[in-house]
Order: sequence, then C-alpha cells, then structure tokens
Amino acid sequence: MYKIEVLGTGCAKCNKLEETARKAADELGIEYEVIKVKDINDIMNYGVMITPALVVNGIVKVAGKVPAIEEVKKMING
Amino acid sequence: MGDCACNSGTKIIYSCSGAADVGEIADRAVRALKREGFAQGSCVAALGAGLSGYIESAKGADVNITVDGCPVGCARKILENLGVTPVSYTVTEMGFIKGSSPANPEAIETVYRNIKEGKTGEQKSAAGPGCGCGCSGNC
Repeated sequence: MYKIEVLGTGCAKCNKLEETARKAADELGIEYEVIKVKDINDIMNYGVMITPALVVNGIVKVAGKVPAIEEVKKMING
Repeated sequence: MGDCACNSGTKIIYSCSGAADVGEIADRAVRALKREGFAQGSCVAALGAGLSGYIESAKGADVNITVDGCPVGCARKILENLGVTPVSYTVTEMGFIKGSSPANPEAIETVYRNIKEGKTGEQKSAAGPGCGCGCSGNC
C-alpha cells in the first residue's frame, strides 16, 4: 500500500497535484491511499516551505510545482 | 510560510550559522531578514542532513540566498551540492575579519543592510592574508 500525501492549504495547484497523483497511481495500478495535509504545522514538520508538495511513503518528492503525470509516476515508483 | 505558498517569487534564505564570530553575524542578520519578511528562512543543516522536504523546497524556490560567514562558503556549497545555485553573500567580503568581528548590533545591521540592498560588499578581507578562510592570519 502506497501512502501518498498532498501537502497544501487547499488552493487550485494543491487540488491539481492531488488529481495528478491519483491519476498517476491509477495508471500504475498500485494500491494506494491519498491523504490531504492542510495543517501548516504538519506541512512544516516535513520541512516543506513551498506548497503544493507531494510525499510518497514519507519522502518528499517535489515541492512548489505540479509535475506532469509521467514525472509523478516516476516519483511514486522511485 | 504563509497561508499558501503557491504564489510565485518564493525566496528562501539560509545562514551558515558557523562557530566563528562571522558565522554568528550571518546567523543574526538572516534571522532579522526573516523576521521582517525579506525571505522565508530555512535550515542549511537540514539540507546537509539530506532531509527531503527541505531539499525539494530549495529546488522549488525561485530564489535561494545563502549567507556565509567566511569564504569557506559551507552554506553555498551545500546548496551547490544539491544542484541549486544560490545568490551568495559572505560576511568577510563586507569588511569583517574572521576572529576579530564581534557580533554586535552594528555588524549585524551592516550585513542585514548589504543583503537587503543586494550589495556584494567589499572584497578586502576575503583577499587578505592568511589561510583563505577570512581570518587574515588569525586562525
């Protein structure tokens, strides 16, 4: 089970990253759960200064941008 | 960080916070700049430790600024090792000599202003005598 977290306070880019992450995970055919992390303190605990950010199994993969779906697939697999 | 950092123009500032007096000046000037909202502050130690959130934030920022005490440039090199080229300031390039520059309010104010105004400072102490660490032969 992959744990995918989307860090962000709920802006358009955060929602876009969540959508992209879900699509990427679906295309990979993996078992996963997506958790939206909106609390600033929880975001800061990851050391993330810029949102949106994508965390896969506890590792921050990207911050401050919404990558293309193929990139997100690599991030999930990497 | 603010409510949402999805905006462009993200600027992150790091201090070497080194053991020397010039490292303390760098640290306190950066803290002052952070407090007034010049840039977001982050931890260069966390980058060195390889913590993914800090690293990805540095890579995702529009501008990263490092303030090192001396020409050894630890903060700048940590960023560079991650493939990030920061805007770099060095306290000893602003007329301060490593080992002979107490971190008093005047020194902190000078460094704070130089960074705020984008001045790279004088080169005299960096090119001075000694081992190349900015000590002018004092270490």
